[in-house]
Amino acid sequence: MPETIKLKKGLDIKLEGEAGGEDPRPVPCALHALKPTDFRALVPKLEVKAGDRVRAGDPLFSNKHNPAVKFTAPVSGTVEEIRRGEKRKILAVVVKADERITYKEFATPAPGEEAPGERIIELLLESGLWPLIKQRPYDIIADPATRPKAIFVTAFDSSPLAPDYKILLKNERPALRAGLNALSKLTGGTLHLNARAGETPLPADDLPRNVKINHFAGPHPAGNVGVQIHHLDPINKGETAWVVNLPDVALIGRFLSSGRVDLRQLVALAGSEVTAPAYLSTITGARVGDIVKGRLRDRERQRVISGNVLTGERVTEDSFLGFYHRLITVIPEGDRPEFLGWATPGLEKFSMSRAFPSFLFPNKRYRLNANYHGEQRAFVMSGQYEKVLPMDILPVYLLKAILAGDIEKMEQLGILEVAPEDLALCEFACTSKIPVQEIIASGIERMMKELT
Amino acid sequence: MKSLRAFLDKHKPAFEKGGKYHLFRSVFTGLDSFLYVPARTTRSGCAIRDAIDLKRTMSVVVLALLPALLFGIYNVGYQHARVTGEDVAFVQQFLYGLWRVLPMIIVSYVVGLSIEFAAAQLRGHEINEGFLVSGLLIPMVMPVTAPLWMIALSTAFAVIIGKEIFGGTGMNIWNPALLARAFFFFSYPSRVSGDTVWVAGLPDGLSCATPLAEAYQGTPITPGLETMFWGLIPGSIGETSTFCILLGATLLLITGIGSWKIMLSTVIGGAGMALLLQHALPADNPYSHVTVLQHLLAGGFAFGAVFMATDPVTAAQTGPGKWIYGLLIGIIAIVIRALNPGYPEGMMLAILLMNTFAPLIDWCVVQRNVTRRIKRGRVATRA
Repeated sequence: MPETIKLKKGLDIKLEGEAGGEDPRPVPCALHALKPTDFRALVPKLEVKAGDRVRAGDPLFSNKHNPAVKFTAPVSGTVEEIRRGEKRKILAVVVKADERITYKEFATPAPGEEAPGERIIELLLESGLWPLIKQRPYDIIADPATRPKAIFVTAFDSSPLAPDYKILLKNERPALRAGLNALSKLTGGTLHLNARAGETPLPADDLPRNVKINHFAGPHPAGNVGVQIHHLDPINKGETAWVVNLPDVALIGRFLSSGRVDLRQLVALAGSEVTAPAYLSTITGARVGDIVKGRLRDRERQRVISGNVLTGERVTEDSFLGFYHRLITVIPEGDRPEFLGWATPGLEKFSMSRAFPSFLFPNKRYRLNANYHGEQRAFVMSGQYEKVLPMDILPVYLLKAILAGDIEKMEQLGILEVAPEDLALCEFACTSKIPVQEIIASGIERMMKELT
Repeated sequence: MKSLRAFLDKHKPAFEKGGKYHLFRSVFTGLDSFLYVPARTTRSGCAIRDAIDLKRTMSVVVLALLPALLFGIYNVGYQHARVTGEDVAFVQQFLYGLWRVLPMIIVSYVVGLSIEFAAAQLRGHEINEGFLVSGLLIPMVMPVTAPLWMIALSTAFAVIIGKEIFGGTGMNIWNPALLARAFFFFSYPSRVSGDTVWVAGLPDGLSCATPLAEAYQGTPITPGLETMFWGLIPGSIGETSTFCILLGATLLLITGIGSWKIMLSTVIGGAGMALLLQHALPADNPYSHVTVLQHLLAGGFAFGAVFMATDPVTAAQTGPGKWIYGLLIGIIAIVIRALNPGYPEGMMLAILLMNTFAPLIDWCVVQRNVTRRIKRGRVATRA
């Protein structure tokens, strides 16, 4: 049994409305979209216009700076609209799905045939599945021209109300095997498979030779791949690692075995405002309204989030499931002023600090809303961020270096090792309500601009 | 409560930019957000946020200060009754104390908050909650005989020079309350040291020394350890009762708002230094007779360790930095007491000195983190 890496720092926020079993009611799939904004630092170049016919796997847009990286339609149908925002920025390419999906056929390796790494990369780029592979530093889509020192696959999600990968992947064993086998050829180094302590995502004889299974124990963010890398093989200046989520490995494997871009998958619908939190069967980029329709309590104004409550994106019903998301969380909006709210005992409130009684009830589940619970202030408290960041990084100093625009300091203090999601709990816990993730994202953007 | 909310909403526009009373915008929004936690919800980043905010944090600190404050008020009356020989009841002693202390608190809050509101208005900032604590701390570290105008002047100095010119709460280098005391201390030394300032209404010709002053003068410390622990001794208003300070410390430690690292390391540093001096000093030095417990119970040591050294803005902010910072405060405070011919008490100066050096300590800690990362990179390249 391999050694378990035990993380002490972090925080499990227990929310009401964890997804239970599968919801058999089908999700109507009328509209699906790919959102260029799901990909950090991507400048999209459109490959279609409204009215075009596409098959599942036909490109919708590509990376302007590297046209080989394509983003393809998750369903077949007609391009309904190119949704644009300010300055004509492309927000979403929307496809109206056919009743029956037709797939573009890719010439994937025949069963039993071993394709070399280059061929796999080519196929993934062509099929639009390449963006499922991200890289560190910077948490962006992997650069197909580099060779990573290692690939890290995280096999669990520790965030609040996270979908259980065991449920997501219960019928995907062959796809996982094919996917891991393909990934193992993309690095000369190790393919790390990072599981929760006590779990085995796949039997060992299913795994390629250069796979190493690591186990992690501890509260969130133990499941964040950035934290895992930090403890296994930290990223130094000049190094690159690739990262993939285990459910995405299944999509890659399914594609390589079938030759089709088949992005059907389970998505969890969770949160206190969901009538019966459950797993739904849908396809990448589904319209949020179609997923949540008839499944919410509607007792007060609601916040719908694509992803989890810490890192997810606020969406409207007319928006679409994020490319990397397998969770939609619905919580109360909480947009009501609260009389002397800072002074009340706050039995229903949750706090990491012990200034609220929530620390006395460690197992209670909370119905938390999206209220700020305060106003933004300068950094006052110290030592708070450190409690929820299981990395040898001084978060406040890193943030200050970013705010000061000091590239060298940012690098010295570890910006190459973090993604905004790794410091999401710092933002949650912050007394001064500092927008931590936004600052980290701006730091990453700055690094990329200055160093390329 | 609905009518109050409606009232605030109705008058809000008058205070916004271009409104009739926009000069008082900071006052209005300060009051509004004090009465109602704003309805504002998250836009980016985490959708949910911890329930804690700076108002909650600061009110916990104020709550932690209350036992020491209430006791201090009572002690003012008690000491007064003691020196005048009046035989009065507990309630009357407390009321006498209240009559002396309440004006000091009011002056400190009115002066400090006015400056804060004005500064917030000038900068277009929101009012920061920091002064809620500072405004209470300032009278608590003053002798009860301090004239109100001196308190007003010290408060103004601390808020303007100590805080606002650096950018307000969170940006200051020195603890504002201690800076107020330091200003007072160096501007009007006769009003904050000696044997006559610690008791209100002291009859002419009488004197009443604090235990530290007794040690300083080379006479034995008169109050027993028990009296010093409960706090019925002369001293600054809030500092005398170690028991009440410990009550406050308990609240700060339970809530996690005060740093246990700083409190513990300050006590360790002070106790260690006191022990060392007790044995190292020659027998004719009066401080060789002051025990560790006497040092810890006397003067502002406990108050400083619990409420002043732990100010998160002016203390060291890294984990290891806090240990070094606290240890040095404890050590320096005792060194100033025992080895300095000028001042009987050293806690204030020790904390202000370490406030000054806290960024340097943190810099060293940060640098160690940077070096570790660079080294790790070098090892990786070589391999």
